[in-house]
Amino acid sequence: MSLVHGRGSSAAITFRKDTTSGLTQYLQLVQQVTHALHLGQLKVGDRLPTVRDVAAQLAINPNTVLKAYRYMEMQGLLESRPGTGVYVAKELRGPSPHDQAALRRELLRWLSRARDAGLDIEGMQALFSDAMRQHAMDEVVAS
Amino acid sequence: MNVLEARGLGKRYGRRWALKDLTLDVPGGRIVAFVGPNGAGKTTFLQLAMGFAAPTAGTVAAFGLSPRREAAAFLPRVGYAAQEPPLFKRFSVGELLTMGSRLNRRWDGPMAASRLRSLGIGLDLSVASLSGGMRAQLALVLALAKMPDLLLLDEPMASLDPLARHEFMGLLMAASAEQGLTVVLSSHIIGDLRATCDYLVILTRGQSQLVGDMDTIVATHQRLVGPVEMMDAIGHVQEIVQVERSDRQASLLVRMRGPLLDPRWESYPVDLDQIVLGYLSRGVSSSSSGDELATEVAG
Repeated sequence: MSLVHGRGSSAAITFRKDTTSGLTQYLQLVQQVTHALHLGQLKVGDRLPTVRDVAAQLAINPNTVLKAYRYMEMQGLLESRPGTGVYVAKELRGPSPHDQAALRRELLRWLSRARDAGLDIEGMQALFSDAMRQHAMDEVVAS
Repeated sequence: MNVLEARGLGKRYGRRWALKDLTLDVPGGRIVAFVGPNGAGKTTFLQLAMGFAAPTAGTVAAFGLSPRREAAAFLPRVGYAAQEPPLFKRFSVGELLTMGSRLNRRWDGPMAASRLRSLGIGLDLSVASLSGGMRAQLALVLALAKMPDLLLLDEPMASLDPLARHEFMGLLMAASAEQGLTVVLSSHIIGDLRATCDYLVILTRGQSQLVGDMDTIVATHQRLVGPVEMMDAIGHVQEIVQVERSDRQASLLVRMRGPLLDPRWESYPVDLDQIVLGYLSRGVSSSSSGDELATEVAG
């Protein structure tokens, strides 16, 4: 299988295991790739490490890596080339400055509503990270 | 297709059931964890699956083959390693490889040699000079060199330090990706099973408490906190595994069969440790006296 046995030298990203995020390992892999794409650290044509190498390095189930790669292939972010490996197929750009400013305004409005409703900073953070987790899971389930 | 199937499997030693009424199907390519305290029946199951012992009740089969009655067809397809690998201490690593190649019809010597090289285990080293971690890795490399379709590991990492455990698991995961084999391992340490295993069997006192897909198990278990008088009437709760309660508040470990809709209850995700702990402590509280000790001896 091309995803498992890739030839070539160095890969463009090094995955890590984050035991504090509360996200499953599968979502962590997806998030680490999309994060690197957003930051421009991964470019079209970059090769990702093989399933075997990620499984060996992090000591995680190869099916988890395979699933994450397949999911990102379906999203059009990655493509697998038979016999060689998995490559970045699309770069992600952040929102335009205009969109970003609008999102920020909405967030500030939300913060004052939350404060009026009696939430303190810790309460807001808990609610926010809970909603983020929910959102990440819904996205995966929906796809 | 299921690689390993157990139907009502049981083993009795004297009057004691070391394993009782275990039914499970392991689909090919899975990495299965058998979890439970010492004496829960993990080793008994692996010995029945290997054909080292005959079941008292029920059946176990791999690839549709009985490990005992069809041993000649069964054994070449199965690899096995235990906590204290029975390696010949006066042999060198290279001599063990030669022995393996002479004794096994299917044997991938070059792959074994290349794995040992990347682990830093020289072929000229004597087995007696290897550390515990290296011996465990060597036993795994030898078991994998047989090119098994099914690999059974009995507490393979029990005596390893965290770094050696990580390296051992890394080797096992790489082999699983390369060889596409099915793995069943027993462990009383939960730590790294969540990331490595995708099928879970929780055993206590010879009986299975929970069998199923790892992700599904973790996703369907939650901790619910809410009013104690309402605890028997929460919708979509399949099973209450564990209860901690005060006068007003109850904290429940539950297995859900649908979303929590009751606003009086707050739900929190639980990790594998908490789930296993919940089932293990349930096993203890429901035990009748005298039973555990006996199982411990037999397990």
